[in-house]
Formats: sequence, structure tokens, C-alpha cells
Amino acid sequence: MTLEISRAIVDAILEQSRAEYPDECCGAILGPIGSGKPERLKPMINAAHSPTFYEFDPKDLLALYREADDNDEEIVVIYHSHTETEAYPSRTDIAYAGEPGAHYVLVSTREEIAPAIEFRSYRIIDGEVTEEEVSITA
Amino acid sequence: MSAEVRIPTILRPYTKDAKTVSAEGENLSAVITNLDSQYPGLGERLLENGALRRFINIYINDEDVRFLGGLDAQVKAGDSVTILPAVAGG
Repeated sequence: MTLEISRAIVDAILEQSRAEYPDECCGAILGPIGSGKPERLKPMINAAHSPTFYEFDPKDLLALYREADDNDEEIVVIYHSHTETEAYPSRTDIAYAGEPGAHYVLVSTREEIAPAIEFRSYRIIDGEVTEEEVSITA
Repeated sequence: MSAEVRIPTILRPYTKDAKTVSAEGENLSAVITNLDSQYPGLGERLLENGALRRFINIYINDEDVRFLGGLDAQVKAGDSVTILPAVAGG
């Protein structure tokens, strides 16, 4: 399984994670229903404003789903950053992964690898994590 | 008081894949009890120790029930109830 994603969107997510460091950043990428294509980036406010936790504000979350519905889109990617640890889903990430059809993208902005940033993608279904390849297109 | 309940993908296994179902009840608590009687096991995904689970969001006519009295939130005929798992993690 591969996540195909544009360079522009990857760069925007990396930029967002730098800008919001030391807090975790988060957001979603929408795409046409059934296409699996992450086309429209929707950075979200981390309502937890925390270096160790993220949450979409419930009101923002509803607005996101309504917007997707209105545009015949679905959530293709849910992303967030880990500020101190590797770009791998934590136990909390796995426990709260509530969108089985989405690709979960993790970005790590930890000190040890700075200025590099890790960008990885996973499926999280029924508590099981499967990493997938990320193919960045022009 | 028949409300229209929108079911998120992750809970559709309980409703045989239905995205929208009907439920009766004058308040959210009664609606959840009614949902659980129609779709056994669904109640447990929404409640823990009798209270709404922290990381499940429920909206009545697009208002977060946390601001409408939680389980006591009034439900009227024709109301739209939307359930969305929180998008959160650490």
C-alpha cells in the first residue's frame, strides 16, 4: 500500500509542524470520495495546544465533515506531529484512531534529527498498525 | 420523538452498514438506550459507566451536546443527531 501525496502538501505540513513546535500540529487532507487521493489540505487547530497531545476541536471537526459532505469528499489523511518521539503511532494514537478508512500520517520534529523531519504514513484498523510507503509526486 | 441519527464509519458494523438510522427518545440518554436496543453493543461504544465517552462527539442539529446538557439534552421529532469519533491522539 502506498500513499501518493504531492510535494506541495508535504512541504506545507512540514512547515506547519515547524511553526507550531513545541506543540503537536494536526490536520486533515480531503479528497474525492473513493479516490484515495489526498488533494485538499485542511490544517486544523490543535485544541489541546500540547506538546504531547492533539485533538480537533469538536466544532471544527463537525464543520470539516460537513464541508467534505458538501463537496463529495472524504477524509483521506489525518496527520499530526510528534515533537519528541519518532513518527510512529503511539498507544494513544492507536486507541483513538476512529476513522478506519483514513491514512494516518505522522511527522516527527524531534531535536535529535533536526533540521530533518520524519514523514511517515500508516493505516490503523482495529488496533493494528500497518506502515505504508509514501510516494511524493511533483 | 423520532430522530435521525448519523452513524460514523467505525460504528456501522453495528448497524449493518447503515449510515443513518432512526431512534426514539425524549433526550439523548433515551435515544442511546433505544439505539442500543435496535443495535446491540452500540450503547457501550458511546457510554462508559453511564456517562458519554470523552472521545465521542455527539451533536444535535449541529450543536455539541456538551453544551446542551449532555445525556439530558432534549431530542425532538425530526432532530438530527450526528455521532463523530474524536480525532485525537498523542
